[in-house]
Amino acid sequence: MRILGIETSCDETGIAIYDEKEGILAHRLYSQIAVHADYGGVVPELASRDHVRKTIPLIKEVLADAKLTAKDLDGVAYTAGPGLVGALLVGCSIGRSLAYGWNLPAVPVHHMEGHLLAPMLEDDVPDFPFVALLVSGGHTMLVRVDGIGQYELLGESVDDAAGEAFDKTAKLLGLDYPGGPALAKMAETGKKGRFKFPRPMTDRPGLDFSFSGLKTFAANTIHKEEMDKQTHADVAYAFQEAVVDTLAIKCKRALLQCELKRLVIAGGVSANTELRAKLEQITAKLGGKVYYPRPEFCTDNGAMIAYAGMQRLKAGVFADLSFKATPRWPLDTLAAI
Amino acid sequence: MNVDMNKPCSAPRTEKEFNLADESATVTFGNKLANIVKNELNHGIVVYLNGDLGTGKTTLTRGFVQGLGHKGNVKSPTYTLVEPYDLGEWQVYHFDLYRLADPEELEYMGIRDYFGAQSNCFIEWPEKGAGLLANADVTINIEYQGEQRKLTISSHTTIGHKLLLGLTE
Repeated sequence: MRILGIETSCDETGIAIYDEKEGILAHRLYSQIAVHADYGGVVPELASRDHVRKTIPLIKEVLADAKLTAKDLDGVAYTAGPGLVGALLVGCSIGRSLAYGWNLPAVPVHHMEGHLLAPMLEDDVPDFPFVALLVSGGHTMLVRVDGIGQYELLGESVDDAAGEAFDKTAKLLGLDYPGGPALAKMAETGKKGRFKFPRPMTDRPGLDFSFSGLKTFAANTIHKEEMDKQTHADVAYAFQEAVVDTLAIKCKRALLQCELKRLVIAGGVSANTELRAKLEQITAKLGGKVYYPRPEFCTDNGAMIAYAGMQRLKAGVFADLSFKATPRWPLDTLAAI
Repeated sequence: MNVDMNKPCSAPRTEKEFNLADESATVTFGNKLANIVKNELNHGIVVYLNGDLGTGKTTLTRGFVQGLGHKGNVKSPTYTLVEPYDLGEWQVYHFDLYRLADPEELEYMGIRDYFGAQSNCFIEWPEKGAGLLANADVTINIEYQGEQRKLTISSHTTIGHKLLLGLTE
């Protein structure tokens, strides 16, 4: 069976074709970062208009890349939430309509389920159950995964997402949007030990995160110091170290609490090299292993939506003729299959 | 609440200053605003929040939302633009317009539906929505003062004026 995946929940248009036996046959991504860069962030209405322009041409391109036509497909999966409502509606309406026109089942997919399952697109696939850390600009959460659709939320950010704290601290350091990766680059020349940032909420039990205070700590430090080039790098270093440590402490705690050894990381921040190294280290100490998707499948993409859609398609879970975009949609309300 | 967004205000303008020693002082301040809304005004407020990244705009809003009885988290609305809280009698809408390119975007979000007598709107980066937001009852400016914060609150409407009268050190 083959399925087309459509992702339009935020500022990337991602399209892919997944084959049950052969894996990803083709995938394309159009990033709107350049469109939004002037504004320092994503602009919902611009995002929707851009998805309208890009979705159909990208679908044609992936079909051509895979040397397939609509007749070779068995279903159409699209992100139905959570995300920006206007952006979601583009993918939902195109996905549902194409499925209707092609007489195929339509499969609405939860965006975060897509991220959770993205490591399944790689050769080395984790067995269930595992603990997943989803960490991006909009989300930071720890989830216990017992199977497709069997998700237990273990903890989440009570304020800013980790990626958001990265982007905002980058802005405080004078970097352009999206500043997370640029901050990580800046941190490479930072000196360890000059600044010591707190590790929020690690001194108490529980698996929730809070990153708003780290951004404030960075702001206070920047206001207090003479900010030369080295000091910028030192602040970036200390900030990144604090975020990575905090995420690692909570991941370790979650693995111990669930008595599991497999850790999956996904979402844009999971591409951070320091985070990967630290999580490799803590899982190795526990005799476990960390799994992650290749960098292009860490951020939003169509491949993960096609994969998650395929799992539901195989289980016979499709939409009726209507479609609905759900901007707020808790992951743990999904049905198990 | 008047939804005519361009009507000039003639209410007396007053201003008060507060020193916020730390994060919990910011939360307490938000709490106090909630108590006045509930117990004295019995009317929602529109608050424009100004201050650099990291000064505590969201923290103050958290104090307010929790002061009206919200039990859960108060997440940053940066990525969603608005976080709604339905607290029975009261609604709170927490906006962050930081990423808004053009005020017209607010029309697509249905901004006019958010303002009403029982609704409280806390708006971060209000200048990004200029012309399409309801007038503020009060404007709050938060500034760095070392690790502490200086908060200045000024009123623009009768409701805002009453709110300020209820605020004591």
